[in-house]
Amino acid sequence: MAQRGEIRFLLNDGAVALDAVAAEDTLLDFLRIARRLTGTKEGCAEGDCGACTVLVGRLAGDGLRYEPVNACIRFLASVDRCHVVTVEHLRGADGGLHPVQQAMVDHHASQCGFCTPGIVMALAALRMDNPEPDAAAIDTALQGNLCRCTGYAPILRAARAMADHGSPGADPLHLRRAETAARLRAMADGRRVAVARGASQAILPADADDLAAVLAAHPEATIVAGATDVGLWVTKGLRQIAPAVFIGHLDDLRRIERDADWLRIGASVTYAEAGAAMAETFPHLRRYWDRIGGPQVRAMGTLGGNIANGSPIGDIPPALIPLGAEIVLRAGDGRRVLPLEEFFIAYGKQDIRPGGFLESIRIPVTGGLHAAYKISKRRDEDISAVAAGFHLEVSDGAVRSARIAFGGMAPVPKRARAAEAALIGQPWAEPSLIGAAQALDRDFTPISDMRASAVYRMTVAKNLFRRFWHEHGAAGARAA
Amino acid sequence: MRATVSIRGGAHTPEPHESAVGHVTGSAPYTDDIPEPVGTLHACLGLSEIAHGRIVSMDLDAVRAAPGVVAVLTAADIPGANDISPTGLGDDPVFPTDTVAYHGQPLFAVVAETRDQARRAAALARIACDPLPAILGVEAALDAGAPDVTPPLTLARGDAEAALQAAPHRLQGRMRIGGQDHMYLEGQIAFAIPGEDGTLTVHCSTQHPAEAQQMVAQVLGLPFNAVTVQVRRMGGGFGGKETQMNLFAAVAALAATRLDRPVKLRPDRDQDMIATGKRHDFVADYDVGFDAEGRIQAVDARLAARCGFSADLSGPVTDRALFHADNGYFYPHVRLASRPLKTNTVSNTAFRGFGGPQGAVVAERIVEEIAFALGEDPLTIRQRNFYGPGRDVTPYHQRVEDNILPRLVAELEASSDYRARRAAILDFNAQGGVARRGIALTPVKFGISFTATWYNQAGALVHIYKDGSVGLNHGGTEMGQGLFTKVAQVVASALQVDLARIRVTATATDKVPNTSATAASSGADLNGMAALDACRKLKARLVAFASDRWDVAADAVAFAPNEVRVGDAAIPFDAFVKEAYMARVALSATGFYKTPKIHWDRANGQGRPFYYFAYGAAVSEVEIDTLAGEYQVTRTDILHDVGRSLNPAIDLGQVEGGFVQGMGWLTTEELWWDADGRLRTHAPSTYKIPLASDRPRRFNVALADWSENREMTIRRSKAVGEPPIILAISVVEALSMAVASVADYRVCPRLDTPVTPERVLMAVEGLRAAGDG
Repeated sequence: MAQRGEIRFLLNDGAVALDAVAAEDTLLDFLRIARRLTGTKEGCAEGDCGACTVLVGRLAGDGLRYEPVNACIRFLASVDRCHVVTVEHLRGADGGLHPVQQAMVDHHASQCGFCTPGIVMALAALRMDNPEPDAAAIDTALQGNLCRCTGYAPILRAARAMADHGSPGADPLHLRRAETAARLRAMADGRRVAVARGASQAILPADADDLAAVLAAHPEATIVAGATDVGLWVTKGLRQIAPAVFIGHLDDLRRIERDADWLRIGASVTYAEAGAAMAETFPHLRRYWDRIGGPQVRAMGTLGGNIANGSPIGDIPPALIPLGAEIVLRAGDGRRVLPLEEFFIAYGKQDIRPGGFLESIRIPVTGGLHAAYKISKRRDEDISAVAAGFHLEVSDGAVRSARIAFGGMAPVPKRARAAEAALIGQPWAEPSLIGAAQALDRDFTPISDMRASAVYRMTVAKNLFRRFWHEHGAAGARAA
Repeated sequence: MRATVSIRGGAHTPEPHESAVGHVTGSAPYTDDIPEPVGTLHACLGLSEIAHGRIVSMDLDAVRAAPGVVAVLTAADIPGANDISPTGLGDDPVFPTDTVAYHGQPLFAVVAETRDQARRAAALARIACDPLPAILGVEAALDAGAPDVTPPLTLARGDAEAALQAAPHRLQGRMRIGGQDHMYLEGQIAFAIPGEDGTLTVHCSTQHPAEAQQMVAQVLGLPFNAVTVQVRRMGGGFGGKETQMNLFAAVAALAATRLDRPVKLRPDRDQDMIATGKRHDFVADYDVGFDAEGRIQAVDARLAARCGFSADLSGPVTDRALFHADNGYFYPHVRLASRPLKTNTVSNTAFRGFGGPQGAVVAERIVEEIAFALGEDPLTIRQRNFYGPGRDVTPYHQRVEDNILPRLVAELEASSDYRARRAAILDFNAQGGVARRGIALTPVKFGISFTATWYNQAGALVHIYKDGSVGLNHGGTEMGQGLFTKVAQVVASALQVDLARIRVTATATDKVPNTSATAASSGADLNGMAALDACRKLKARLVAFASDRWDVAADAVAFAPNEVRVGDAAIPFDAFVKEAYMARVALSATGFYKTPKIHWDRANGQGRPFYYFAYGAAVSEVEIDTLAGEYQVTRTDILHDVGRSLNPAIDLGQVEGGFVQGMGWLTTEELWWDADGRLRTHAPSTYKIPLASDRPRRFNVALADWSENREMTIRRSKAVGEPPIILAISVVEALSMAVASVADYRVCPRLDTPVTPERVLMAVEGLRAAGDG
């Protein structure tokens, strides 16, 4: 089938078709410069402040799901077949202020007002799922939005009060859901999309097989999943990423499958989409998951992207390596399976071949004692100083197996082999863990940087063994 | 007599921010939202990549040849003065000509058809420099004998040295106090549009339009009247747009003038954070003598600050640090000295509190040290050292005449149940768990007025249109603090019309000239009074008119809610105004105000620099994890003094927001330069300001509703912008208590700020190691 030479999407209440789109074009610049929708603000252009938050609705299963997204690092090409909603389009039931907006006014929740449209959009997204949120839910919903003026207190009061101004079912956006979904479905033609401006091309493959074909033809291409990292290459690093191949829309890479032995997660599954399944299978990851970015990052970022970009400070590898996760790498029609920890060869170097891509992640469903810890300067929406995952099996009063991995301690996410060895066979007792922690000196030589000093990284890494004991000592004793 | 009615939205009512609806709908325009005329160009700065060195060559050919580039501008293109020093010291070039003074210093600008093209072109410059040794931090500057960027100040009273020697107890310490980036959500921006006959208009996100005007004129060699600077609102300022936008305004104006096209300069967040000054970081060395009761006998302290490569506002900032190194405490004998040190870093600048918070941190550390030394509750030591009768003279010889701290603190101590909670925390910590808790109550006393006495003036312009609507303009700028709302409320009350009748217009140098920065918490004090003065003039004219027109005595004319009473008649305000217009009454007036009573002799360190003091106090409780150092503020209670509040909702917002911003400064906001002098925390991905989840889990904030300013300020209110930052010291002290618990409170942990999780953990580990050893 011939490819389509334009992207199509809905912007507020209008349909948009664009053919002259460069790989590097961002949604925010399109909104502000091309469409003069200036209610959406640029605060940081790196997905950390949330001033540019818009809602992006996309078809998911039978429904239409709206999520808060940072327009600054969302590439324009990737909103194909989505509904982009900006603050200008937010309306209440009577066409006036939206309930979130009314509550924000009533509770004096804006001062300078620059972060306000983004906060309004983040709360509007929250309200769709949780019309009467408690304080914890509001804090989580606002992890991706910075306000420098208010101290957040009045924003919290407003968020608690938004239910006073009507139910989400009365929102015009909600009332038009079916119609909007139909319009988006009508845009789907199953074709590969390729758009360009000048020499900069963006390709949206039709499906995973087509992705393999595109990459075979363009092995130099930049694969873009959630763009929460690649976005910054462009907005901060001014890098040219063309040809860029977008995969976030590929339904066959967005599957989550669970059977008795494995949890399988497609490469384009976002943190938000994976959250429920991860927490259900591995309850210890529930809290950890909430510390990955904020809602906007979790709505865009993917597990596959977090692994594939090979960062030493990604949150996913240290959590999944201890679980024995494997990744499926595909090139053309060929596939190979690799233990996750073997993917990371050296800083910036991963075991992936030209034209290849990470297709899925599979995690064995295991028992034993699990933990995942993230240590950062600020608790939420921060990059790890140290991240760690533990998976121990204890029986008959002794440690039978240990898989322990760290991020932030080496140029790549890495297992603590010396510490593991020091632990295996030892009696299940606090001194065993404290002793094993000392072996970290042989496993790691961390660096000092703006996130943490080397000595802090090592100290806290060792202390996490004690924390593990405090949390699991009794459970391990029962297992014994 | 009709029923008593009052106007809507008068002074002292909790009106919403005048732009609240615009904020929440995204329809309130900021500078970057102004429609760009056809032909608008975009500029980008090229920054240095070394911290210190002689410029050998600047090869900009590739920049010029890049797609879309229209011009490249260097110092050679400046027709006027290549200086934007706000204090006239001539040490702050737009672009340096021979020496790079810090990593990230702007060296040139490129102007292109699009912002993206300008950014990409700027990266193509090839700058060759001969490196020179770079001094980056305060301690390095002290060790190297680095010069001051501006003359230091010493405040002295009594004989500190003799009193220290005579004191029953004496201790010394050093504290490192980190800086802070403003991280206003709207970054710096200037948009210059050429006008006729060599004039130009600059839209600029600035707290100080008159200074931006002056700098643009000075750089272009124009009289001030050729330059109009205008700002309707800023997306936050916090002091970061008091002088730091001058560079952007000057460069945009230079480009617009050279090219005769509109030029916008909006740096990205990285450039904004790298190339603009921050709150000064300090190293404080203190020596305190005290008696067995913990009463301070004498303090000798030196506060040394990293000022960066130029003076900027470092003189008054370091002065204000000394003015607040007493916080709320009486020092019988005292010597306080500043060192505004020159370093090869960006030139530090104003930041909410203007050095005052850094001084107050030192005072609280001194008191904390005494409490640890004597094994007392720090609050007890605080209360023993408050200013009081016979103990009411500051280190700068101003008497504290309005001290309400004892009452304020006593009320908060009771309402927060401080003593019982502290006892419970001591019990909790005694269990020896991994989690430890701390609680602390710290006070605030903050001096209000610019210490540059001539800054304490303001102008306003009030128009009554013939339909009865009112136009209000003044020299203050709106950065989110609610100034426009408050001044409009003052006018509403003065004219007795509903707030809805009043429209506040953009601050502009062609409306009210020669204004002061909106800074030093003074916005409402100064501009409110100036607007009130204009209203008085208008009312006097209207009374004279009515008296004449209806032949009644002047005192028979009264401004009642939305109407004017003339004898027994009541005339609706708009009808009355129409009559006045027909009778050719001038319905526009300027207002002016200058703060009374203040004077300051810097050479002798004596005077009355402050018209009055604002007070407050906070109790914070924290819980730390002694394995990772991570923590949570579990509860904060605040009682704050804003006099008779002009708008309690806005003032509450200033207190809540100031506290959290101060908490960020003292906890997670860490500025980190690498060994080459490169700032590595230059965006929110690496520089961590508080999030919603960082605010205290319980946050009880109240205004001291009984307080009235004893001075004749605008409707007896008090300034509110800066003082609440200082409330956040309670968090540091609470963290300190929690840390100290691991060594049974025998040792003051002497936490430096920001108290990151790393600092908490390393302090815990240090105390434990010392205990084991």
